[in-house]
Amino acid sequence: MNIHEYQARDILRRHGVPVPPGEVATSAEEAERIAQRFGGAVVIKAQVHAGGRGKAGGVKLAQDAAEARSHAERIFGMTIKGLVVEKVLVAPTEDIASEAYVGVIVDRGTRRAVFMVSREGGIDIEEVAAKTPHLIRKLPVDPRYGLLPFEAYELAVFLYDDLPQQRACAKILRQLYTAVIESGASLAEINPLVTTRNGEVKALDAKFNIDDNELFRRPGIAELRDTSAEPAAETRAREAGLTFIKLDGDIGAVVNGAGLAMATMDLIKHYGGEPANFLDIGGSSNPEKVVAALEIITADPNVRVICFNIFGGITRCDDVASGIVEATRRLDIDVPLVIRLTGTNEEAALAILEEAGFSATTSMDDVVQRAVEMAAEQATRAVG
Amino acid sequence: MAIFIDENTTLLVQGITGRDGSFHARQMIEYGTRLVGGVTPGKGGQTFENGNGGVPIFDTVELAVQETGANTSVVYVPPAFAADAIMEAVHVGIPFVVAITEGIPVLDMTRVHAFVTDHGARLLGPNCPGLLSPGRSKVGILPGPIATPGQVGVVSRSGTLTYEVVYQLTRAGIGQSTCVGIGGDPINGTSFIDCLAAFEADAETRAIVMIGEIGGTDEQEAAEFVSTKMTKPVVGFIAGQTAPPGRRMGHAGAIISGSEGTAAEKIEAFEKNGIGVAQRPSDVVGLVRDVL
Repeated sequence: MNIHEYQARDILRRHGVPVPPGEVATSAEEAERIAQRFGGAVVIKAQVHAGGRGKAGGVKLAQDAAEARSHAERIFGMTIKGLVVEKVLVAPTEDIASEAYVGVIVDRGTRRAVFMVSREGGIDIEEVAAKTPHLIRKLPVDPRYGLLPFEAYELAVFLYDDLPQQRACAKILRQLYTAVIESGASLAEINPLVTTRNGEVKALDAKFNIDDNELFRRPGIAELRDTSAEPAAETRAREAGLTFIKLDGDIGAVVNGAGLAMATMDLIKHYGGEPANFLDIGGSSNPEKVVAALEIITADPNVRVICFNIFGGITRCDDVASGIVEATRRLDIDVPLVIRLTGTNEEAALAILEEAGFSATTSMDDVVQRAVEMAAEQATRAVG
Repeated sequence: MAIFIDENTTLLVQGITGRDGSFHARQMIEYGTRLVGGVTPGKGGQTFENGNGGVPIFDTVELAVQETGANTSVVYVPPAFAADAIMEAVHVGIPFVVAITEGIPVLDMTRVHAFVTDHGARLLGPNCPGLLSPGRSKVGILPGPIATPGQVGVVSRSGTLTYEVVYQLTRAGIGQSTCVGIGGDPINGTSFIDCLAAFEADAETRAIVMIGEIGGTDEQEAAEFVSTKMTKPVVGFIAGQTAPPGRRMGHAGAIISGSEGTAAEKIEAFEKNGIGVAQRPSDVVGLVRDVL
């Protein structure tokens, strides 16, 4: 789950990390009032779940409250990487002397949370990694002990020369580690971690990704989810227990299991078609999931045919078949369905489908080829 | 022979009274797995009925091992308690634990991994379908009927895509020594390389099918292992060639691993190391025939 910068800053603040003041506005008038209250120059920052906000024009410096309002007016309603800006963060400007990067990522290779720090902050860390990898230091944390004081200090010495700043930074790193553990983050970045002209070390910008699997035990974190900041279809899918990613093609796909779903998309492409989505109905499916899946897919006007590829294991084919029949009764589906079902309770599933007037195959190649052919036919008909 | 499980495997099911645990316990017994006991706290002393005398249920893994001498455990416990269940089994001295549970927090898995390593045990999973040595033993949720005994080892990160490939092999008359699903979570116990090394050492396995997907660098490292440490032929498939760039870990994860983990990178690593790559899942059959 993604959370906004202002929410990540709140988490850091709660763990003792020095974070400069800042408030969220949902309108230009509110942004103006906040700027008025702070007095002096402020930064207006778009709150969207996307990187590169600055480059997209979503971060602006305003000298006074009136300018804050006009910048906010422009930023609201902006679309950054397909996401509409609905909130901005208004924060007083800081007198910055240096900018560092600090990140914590759960790493598959070392199977640990890994700290990654660099004196080159404020910019894309990818760029630093590509051009000057020696300016990045990494440290895998042993989960038995957590980030030890001397480890935090070693990283701090890599970042700062001044002893009080090294000590302040080491403290921040340990607080950040605690914040990661207690919020269930799979990624946390402070970029930049700044020093001010009077020598303070502060977290200016923060980004946290929360592991979805943590949410059941962290209600306070779970309620940070901002459904207005994600595509509606993805919200609907998540609520139904499905994983859905929209793509640009015209062949809808309903598959059980992420690997088979990807392989189905690949096969659609292989036979010359274009997938309209990635959709995994997961294991232990009940008919309701299939209904929700069809509802989401048919909401996409580009879809010309829907291809089911189900290999029953934990998922029972008869459940999926019942879902298909139920969905076609309840929804107004005007695109053809092509169906492949194999595995657990396959015979029962084929009987259910046959009775409702559907046919099904047991071969993945067959079903995808048919879907591609039918999409092409429908496209020709639409043009003709 | 086979890898990790065979007719000498004696199995405990942790979470045997749950919905998934009870369903699959029956399936495993039906397949012929030597299922010797179940564990569900608070239900010790009861019997898991399977129409064939039943299986004793214990409150703890410790009591179950004392009574049954089980050498393998499979975990169907819900995500909130699964990390603890894995560590409980390992702590009692069970050398091989298979975790089916999906949704275990990844930070829990960093601790579980350290714990399992410290105890010298092997964990398969989590979020995996388990494994199947056709005709001998099945641990997990793989559908038994799709497999048939033979000489091809199958290792995969996926669940249903594994079934697809195994099903195609079986229909083409190519049997399997063991089919292993290592699971798709960022942190798991047994890697591709662990499985490849085991297949290399297994006298019965003559060729291996490796099924990977986008994300991480496990496939690339495994490809390197194949060309430097193995004598048996390996063929592969990578899912996700058309997947949009991942949104989960962002770029920072890729910097740590030094790779974006795309399908193209993995296919290139396979081909460079002499691993034939199937274009479609159904092409795996032809590639296997060529190397047998």
